[in-house]
Amino acid sequence: MCLAVPGRLTEILGEGELRMGRVDFDGVARQACLAYLPEARVGDYVLVHVGFAISRIDEEQAKETLRALAQIGEPTVPDEDPDAVR
Amino acid sequence: MRFVDEYRDPGAVQRALADIRALARRPWTLMEVCGGQTHSILKFGLDELLPERVTLVHGPGCPVCVTGLELIDRAVAIAARPDVIFCSFGDMLRVPGSSRDLLAVKAAGGDVRIVYSPLDAVRLARRHRDRKVVFFAVGFETTAPANAMAVHRAAVEGLDNFSVLVAHVLVPPALEALLSDPDVRVQGLLAPGHVCVVTGYRAYEGLARRYHVPIVVTGFEPLDILRGVRAAVAQLERGAAAVENEYPRAVHADGNLEAQRMIGEVFAVTDRSWRGLGVIPRSGYALAPRYARFDAERVFGVQGVTAVEPAECRAGLVLQGRLRPNACPEFGARCSPEHPLGATMVSAEGACAAYFHYGRVAAAR
Repeated sequence: MCLAVPGRLTEILGEGELRMGRVDFDGVARQACLAYLPEARVGDYVLVHVGFAISRIDEEQAKETLRALAQIGEPTVPDEDPDAVR
Repeated sequence: MRFVDEYRDPGAVQRALADIRALARRPWTLMEVCGGQTHSILKFGLDELLPERVTLVHGPGCPVCVTGLELIDRAVAIAARPDVIFCSFGDMLRVPGSSRDLLAVKAAGGDVRIVYSPLDAVRLARRHRDRKVVFFAVGFETTAPANAMAVHRAAVEGLDNFSVLVAHVLVPPALEALLSDPDVRVQGLLAPGHVCVVTGYRAYEGLARRYHVPIVVTGFEPLDILRGVRAAVAQLERGAAAVENEYPRAVHADGNLEAQRMIGEVFAVTDRSWRGLGVIPRSGYALAPRYARFDAERVFGVQGVTAVEPAECRAGLVLQGRLRPNACPEFGARCSPEHPLGATMVSAEGACAAYFHYGRVAAAR
């Protein structure tokens, strides 16, 4: 129920009481209500839940997370056959 | 998909697991609160990849699962009326009521519709002014802003044929009930990331302090979950009990203030009966008095409908992390997604459904 999917805001569809936008989810476009993200701009990645954008994804924080994960020690299981773990 | 694929990278998952293996010296039991996290854990087999010393038990964070049986019965009673278009998120339809579910109402000719967003239900009310459009407003704090907006729009547009059956539940009071129960042995919590997107995480600080448990705000992809587990284990190993945010790309300490403002406008905190868990004080939302005319229970006079939960379903224990789904004697035998005894077997976030769907049947036998 709390599923929220990240997508890229490609278009603002109307400035009014109910600000709407078009969000691209890897090729699938859907409308989302932007009322709770007044600061959202075209090009932002947003988290969409039941038709509402509820958070702007912080790209700096996302990069920082991946950097921190990359710094964790070397794998104990060698990547001989990457398909085996997919 | 960006912000998804990179958090599923197998090499990084292996490194994160090795890191947790080195870090965990003693046995620890953590609870992931949200059913979405449970499904991610089972889908990617993270529970089996973690060292044996780190046990994950599954929490009550499945709003479909905890919606009171009497509310399902009220929904069924309303949906069966010929003047009603009853709108719901999809996975409520197969939740068993006392006598039947919403899908059976639809099969018998009821106008029951699955909607993607509560705004779809408002659109239906606008289009069908001669019908009564009812939306089943279930969900945790994550969904409350969307459902609040639907009610607010109906008020602004004067849609007096729109109403909501409210079943909203709140995470912190449920966690308080769990942590204060001596039978629940959970040493650390992975807090639900998308709930915290809306509410922030300051409300969890008192809980962490009072019950001396680490509470780690956690996302939903495999690396997000392992990051949450790592932080909780690290705190436990050094005897800490703090709130930590391991989902910072989406969650801020104060949450989404615009969303909170709309929740405060439309809803008021109330006591709520949780399926399998009983009444938890101040653990839900009801409509605020100024929006009471949109309350479907009043509009259709179904407040008197009560229900007694069947004893054969042990979902209450599952929702508290006290019974592993495949350890239930009914699991996969009398209870399956085709013939569920309770909601945890049919909800997209139910722990029993996750165990069934991802083939953890053999473990039980």
